[in-house]
Amino acid sequence: MSEQINTIQALNWALDDAMAADTNVVLFGEELADGEGGGVMKVTAGLSTKYGARVRSTPISEMGFTGAAVGAAVAGLRPVIEIMLMNFVAVCMDQITNHAAKLRFMSGGQTHVPMVIRTMTGSGFQTAGQHSDFLEAWFCHTPGIKVVMPSNPADAYGLLRASIDDEDPVLFIEHFPSYWNPGEAPKRGVSIPLGKARRVQAGSDVTLIGYSRSMLDIPVVAKKLEAAGVSCEIIDLRTVSPLDMETILTSVKKTGRAVVVHEAVRSFGVGAEISARIHESLFRELKAPVERVASQDCPVPFAKQLETAFLYSHADIEAAVRRTLA
Amino acid sequence: MNRRSRLHVPRVPARPGEAPDFSYVDLSPAGAVARPDVNARARDISFLAVELVRVLDDNGEALGPWHPHLDVHELQLGLRHMLLTRVFDDRMQRTQRQGRISFYMRSLGEEAVSVAQAMALRPGDMLFPSYRNQGVNIVRGRPLVDLMCQLLSNTRDMCKGRQLPVMYHWVAGNIFSISGNLATQFPQAVGWAMAAAIKGEDHIAASWIGEGSSAEADFHHALLFASVYQAPVILNVVNNQWAISTFQGFAGGEQRSFAARGPGYGIAGIRVDGNDFLAVYAVTQWAAERARTGAGPTLIELVTYRASAHSTSDDPARYRPKDDFDRWPLGDPIARLKQHLIRLGEWSEQRHLALSAELEELVAANWKEAVTYGMLNEGPRLNPDLMFDDVFKELPPHLQRQREQMRAEIAKKD
Ligand SMILES: Cc1ncc(C[n+]2csc(CCOP(=O)(O)OP(=O)(O)O)c2C)c(N)n1
Repeated sequence: MSEQINTIQALNWALDDAMAADTNVVLFGEELADGEGGGVMKVTAGLSTKYGARVRSTPISEMGFTGAAVGAAVAGLRPVIEIMLMNFVAVCMDQITNHAAKLRFMSGGQTHVPMVIRTMTGSGFQTAGQHSDFLEAWFCHTPGIKVVMPSNPADAYGLLRASIDDEDPVLFIEHFPSYWNPGEAPKRGVSIPLGKARRVQAGSDVTLIGYSRSMLDIPVVAKKLEAAGVSCEIIDLRTVSPLDMETILTSVKKTGRAVVVHEAVRSFGVGAEISARIHESLFRELKAPVERVASQDCPVPFAKQLETAFLYSHADIEAAVRRTLA
Repeated sequence: MNRRSRLHVPRVPARPGEAPDFSYVDLSPAGAVARPDVNARARDISFLAVELVRVLDDNGEALGPWHPHLDVHELQLGLRHMLLTRVFDDRMQRTQRQGRISFYMRSLGEEAVSVAQAMALRPGDMLFPSYRNQGVNIVRGRPLVDLMCQLLSNTRDMCKGRQLPVMYHWVAGNIFSISGNLATQFPQAVGWAMAAAIKGEDHIAASWIGEGSSAEADFHHALLFASVYQAPVILNVVNNQWAISTFQGFAGGEQRSFAARGPGYGIAGIRVDGNDFLAVYAVTQWAAERARTGAGPTLIELVTYRASAHSTSDDPARYRPKDDFDRWPLGDPIARLKQHLIRLGEWSEQRHLALSAELEELVAANWKEAVTYGMLNEGPRLNPDLMFDDVFKELPPHLQRQREQMRAEIAKKD
C-alpha cells in the first residue's frame, strides 16, 4: 500500500513546500506560529520555526489581517491567510468580496491580489450555526474569486499549491471533520490545476456530482447501488468556481441522469446552479430531471439529533438516484 | 442631589443662518509646540496628540522647531501643485455642472494635505489615498489628461469604465486604487507596510481617511495592526470638520482629538494645522523618518476645513452657515503659502496671476485632448467586451460563453 497521510499533514506539506519554493509566500492568521500552538488544528505546525517572521500570529481581527493581506499581496507577497472557521468570513466579507475579488477589474487590470484565504467548516461536531456552515455559494456568486474545496489529502496538497501559485484570489475551504481521515499521500511538488473536475469513477447510468464532504458519502452509496445493478459515474468538482462544466456535461450527456450532492443548504446553492446549467445544455438528452441532495434550509442546529437530521443521509442520495431511474 | 444617566448628543456649533462658531477648535500659537526626536517613544510624546503643530503665523512668518527650512524652489513647487489641484478641481466642477461628466469631488481648502504630504514622501513610498487626495496624483506627475479620461470613463480610462469617477488608480505612480467603501484602504496600507518590512525594503506606506470614516472598524483594526507590528506606515486622518452633513463630533471628535486615538493604541499621534504647508510637510517628514528607521507608525490628524460641498451631489447650505469657511481660523492653505513666499521676497501678486493663467491653460489643453478619447455621450466608445476582461487573469469558459452571447446580441442589433 502506498504511503498514507491525513489532510492536516497534506496542508502542512503544501504550505511548507510553497514557502520553500517562493520567499514571497507568507502566512497570517490567529495562533499560526509555533509559540501560539501552530494553528488550532496544527496545520501550520513547525512553519514559524522554519520560516520565522513569514508566519505571523495575528490579533483576533479577521478584518484586520484580511485587509493587511490584500495590501501585502499588492506589495508583491503571496499571503495565505487562515480564517479559523468559515462563519467568521462574515466579519471580513468586505475585504474579500469588495477588494480582493474586484481590484483587478476595478483598477482596469493594473493591480491584482494573489492571496489565498484558507478556512474550514463542516457539521457533525456540534458546533452549531455560527461555526459550521458551508458558505461557498456566497463566494461563487462573487465574480473575481475562485473557490476550491478539496475532498482528500492528496487533493488538499495539490490544490493548495495551485491556489498559492494562482494570480487571482482563491478561497480554499477545508472540511475539518475529515481532517484526520487517512488517504493516499500526494506527490510533493506537483500541483493540481484549478478549474478542473476529476472523474473519480466511470459509470453509465447516472452521474453523481459532489465536492468536499459529499465525496465521503457518494462513493459509499455508489457501491451499494452498484451491487443493485446501477452503474454510477462520480465527479469530484475540486474547484467549485469557476465550474468545470465540460467534465460535467460530457458525463451527463452519456448517462442522461445527474444528482448533485453538497452539505451546504439546498436553496440558491451550488446544486441549483449546476442543475440549471445541465438543463440549459442537455434538456432534450436528459432522461430525468437533475436531482439535488443537500442540507435543510436552516442554520446548522446544535443538538445531536437535530444536527444529524439537518444533513442529508446516504438514504437521501440513494433515493435521489432512484428517482432519476424511475 | 438628583444625578441620572443621560444621553449626550454631540453639539453642532452653527447651523444655517447662525454665526459660524469655531471656539471648539483648540489652537496652539505658531512655533509653540516642541519637536521631539524622531526616535521618541509614543508614550513619551502624547502632548503632540493634543497640541496643534503650526509653523506659519498669521503674518506668513515661519516659526519654531518644526520649520522645515525648505528650499525656495520647493516652496514655489508646492504652491504650484496646490494651485493646479484647485484649478483642476474648479474646472472639473464646472464641467460636471455642464453635464459633461457625471460626478465630481473637490478638495477645496484641503490642498496642503495631499500636496505637502506627497512632497515629503519618496516616489517609492506607496500611497493609499481617499477620494479627496487628488493632489497626490498631481505631485507625482500624473498627466491631467489621464485623470480626465477616468472622469469621462472613455477609451483611455485607466479603470476601463469599471469604477466611479475620481476613484483613480495608478500602479506606476505607486498610488493605490481608491475605494468606494470608506476606510478599507487603512488596513491595506498597514499590510503593504508590513510586507515592505518583511522584504527588508525601506519604502513606507501612507494612507488617508476622513474623520467621519475613522468611525469604521477598519480604522481601528489598522491602528491595532500598525501598533502590534510597528509597521512602517503613516496613517492620516483628514479632519475637515464634515462628513457630508455629519459634523465631526459624531465621529467622536468632541471628546478627544482624532490624533489621540494613536496613543490609545500605543502609536505616536500628532495634530497638525492642515492648512499650513510648512507644518504639514515637517510633520510628515518626521513621521516618515520614524517609519523608515524602525521607530514605528504615526497617526497624523490634519486639522482642515472642507470648503466645498462634499461632492457635486451635495448642498452644504442645508446644514452649515454659508460663510463658515470665511471664518475658519486656519485660513486657506494657498493664500497662506503665497503670503509666506511674498514675505520672503520670492513671490508676487503678478507672478501668482500669471501662474493661475498658465495652469488654467494647462487644464484646458488637457481637457481638449481628453475628450478626443471619448465623451459621455459621443465620440469613441468603450468596447462592452471589456466587462469580461480582468474578472480573472484567464477568461473562464462561462465568461467566454457570456461574451459570445453578448457579441451575438449586439451584432443582431447593428
Ligand atoms: C462603508 C461606507 N459607508 C458609507 C459610505 C457613504 N459615504 C461616502 S463619503 C461619506 C462621508 C465620509 O466623510 P469623511 O470620512 O469625513 O471624509 P470627507 O468626505 O470629509 O473627506 C459617506 C458617509 C461609503 N461610501 N462607504
